[in-house]
Amino acid sequence: MKFFNFHLMPYRHVDLDAIERNGSAWVTFSNRHYDASRGAELYHEYLDQMELADRLGFDGVCLNEHHQTPYGMMPIPGVLAGALTRSVKRAKIAILGRALPLLNNPLMVAEEYAMLDNLSRGRFIAGFVRGIGAEYHAMGINPVLSQERFSEAHDLIVRAWTEPGPFVYAGKHYHFNYVNPWPRPYQDPHPPIWIPSQGSSSTIRWAAAMRYTYCQTLSPIAVVARFFQMYRDEAERAGYQASPDQLAWSNTIYVAETDEKAMHEARPHLEALVNRLLKMPTEMLLPPGYTNIESMKRVRAAKVTGKTTSIEELVKTGVVIVGSPGTVREKLAEYQDLAGFNTSLTKTQFGTLPADMVRANMTAIAEEILPHFRDRLPQGVRQAAE
Amino acid sequence: MTDPTVSTVAIRGCNIKLMRGGSGPPLLFLHGAGGAGAWLPVMQALAEKFDVLVPEHPSFGESDTPDWLDTIHDLAYFYLDFLDELGLDDVHLVGVSLGGWLAAEIAVRNTSRLASLTLASAAGLYVNGVEQIDTFLLTDEQRIRAFFHDQTCADEMIARQRPELEDVAMKNRVATAKLTWQPRGYDPHLAKWLHRIDVPTLLIWGADDRLFPPQHAAAYREHIPGARAVIIPECGHVAHVEKAAVFASELKNFIGSLRMAS
Repeated sequence: MKFFNFHLMPYRHVDLDAIERNGSAWVTFSNRHYDASRGAELYHEYLDQMELADRLGFDGVCLNEHHQTPYGMMPIPGVLAGALTRSVKRAKIAILGRALPLLNNPLMVAEEYAMLDNLSRGRFIAGFVRGIGAEYHAMGINPVLSQERFSEAHDLIVRAWTEPGPFVYAGKHYHFNYVNPWPRPYQDPHPPIWIPSQGSSSTIRWAAAMRYTYCQTLSPIAVVARFFQMYRDEAERAGYQASPDQLAWSNTIYVAETDEKAMHEARPHLEALVNRLLKMPTEMLLPPGYTNIESMKRVRAAKVTGKTTSIEELVKTGVVIVGSPGTVREKLAEYQDLAGFNTSLTKTQFGTLPADMVRANMTAIAEEILPHFRDRLPQGVRQAAE
Repeated sequence: MTDPTVSTVAIRGCNIKLMRGGSGPPLLFLHGAGGAGAWLPVMQALAEKFDVLVPEHPSFGESDTPDWLDTIHDLAYFYLDFLDELGLDDVHLVGVSLGGWLAAEIAVRNTSRLASLTLASAAGLYVNGVEQIDTFLLTDEQRIRAFFHDQTCADEMIARQRPELEDVAMKNRVATAKLTWQPRGYDPHLAKWLHRIDVPTLLIWGADDRLFPPQHAAAYREHIPGARAVIIPECGHVAHVEKAAVFASELKNFIGSLRMAS
């Protein structure tokens, strides 16, 4: 299994009570709560952690994009990826991903990603997402056009990377007389494309058909297993057998000497992540047209956005793995076999977790977990045949 | 009380629902973000004097969702086709909220089939410095409350919500988002062309409209030659529901005065 250190880069000094009072950490949560001197320190703290991940033997580091929220301080993840191309010497660098529909000029992502691929000499992984619903409020992009803008931007970027320029592009949303980006990508034909999603069936079908690595975000392991099976089924329908390398599970892992200690230490920081930094009303999460009406009704009926979740529930349902090295190894092996993935996108920093605890967690994962999984593939019936 | 006839009309292959009732000169009533819904008391009151036509816009309610509908301008051209197709002349065009914006977009393009224009609580213009409620961040109940000055009216509307109407409500929300999300409920180019409107124009607004406050009526009056504004006190955004009788009588007086003048 491959391990990537996935960072959300939260503004971890945020006033959690102020989020509670505002009802959301997104869009309307005022940036007067941001202190630049502390924010600047955090950027460097987090970049240090990515560099540590490289030295500790993680296979890659991941960044992502969110807007106007203390949940993540990476509206433009390419800035940080650019910094890391010089200091992360060995590991892959993934942006998972840029939110394509939010862009009025997706050609700039073709350029930005090609630069990163050159700077890293081919260690770059290109993630594309639609962004979550809140982004459409924050960035003034029509959620009803999300799917078609994503699809058109993706096609434009891949063509810009693979077809000799200049050529004309005339779409519905994007129009260019000259598509001719310099530089071209370092990897041939282009960087690997990874697609993170919350589990939309149309996205899974499309990613499988395109043979893109599919990354499942924050979900109970049983749900992850179901979506990964859906991917394998769609791959078969598309005429091939999916490899476990095409499936990546986005999780959180915290390791301490004992289960009790790990739970005790992780609790406030993990609960700050799920109950405060992720907090938003349904209207913000799901603007009209962002998903089809059936999915919208399902989410509204489940009332997912109002609930408070405890660390016990997150552990029990396998959204996260928290415990002693033995417990974490056991759970991770069980989940790998259950869901059939071969990449773990692991948040080692989460919520308000401070730097010293992150360092200890990363070191424990590198020493106690990684070596045991280095050559491990999913066991049992789910494993794809060679 | 006469019930309206409900039919399906095909305009260049797009099927829409049309409610029609009353007799007299034609009055085309363009609904807002909530869809055409039911035959309202205000429509009934107008049907005493007019042949009232209430179409349901493409992409709303029971009407088709055509591939070509992307912007309010597409909808404006659709209704110009609609007027041609039905062969309506000397039409009194009335639009509320989103429908008011639509009516303005129709009128800047072509008034040849129109006798008058009435914009009520209309979207369509941006007025600098005027605070507006972001209805896309409100729950269904909060949104209904924001429509009304008198909260007992809101209570009644909330009580009328039915789970079986959820699909239609969501379809209407998607259509509304498509037309109004960005820029939020206005066309930055509309004000430049409002001078083209050459039919008598009435603006009806609730004094306590929190979605498109009365400064929006003032902005329309500034740009439409000879437009007259009626501001209804103690009335919110949905004046045609909250003050249906006042709304209908203002409209009848306005149109009546035109006919006397001619």
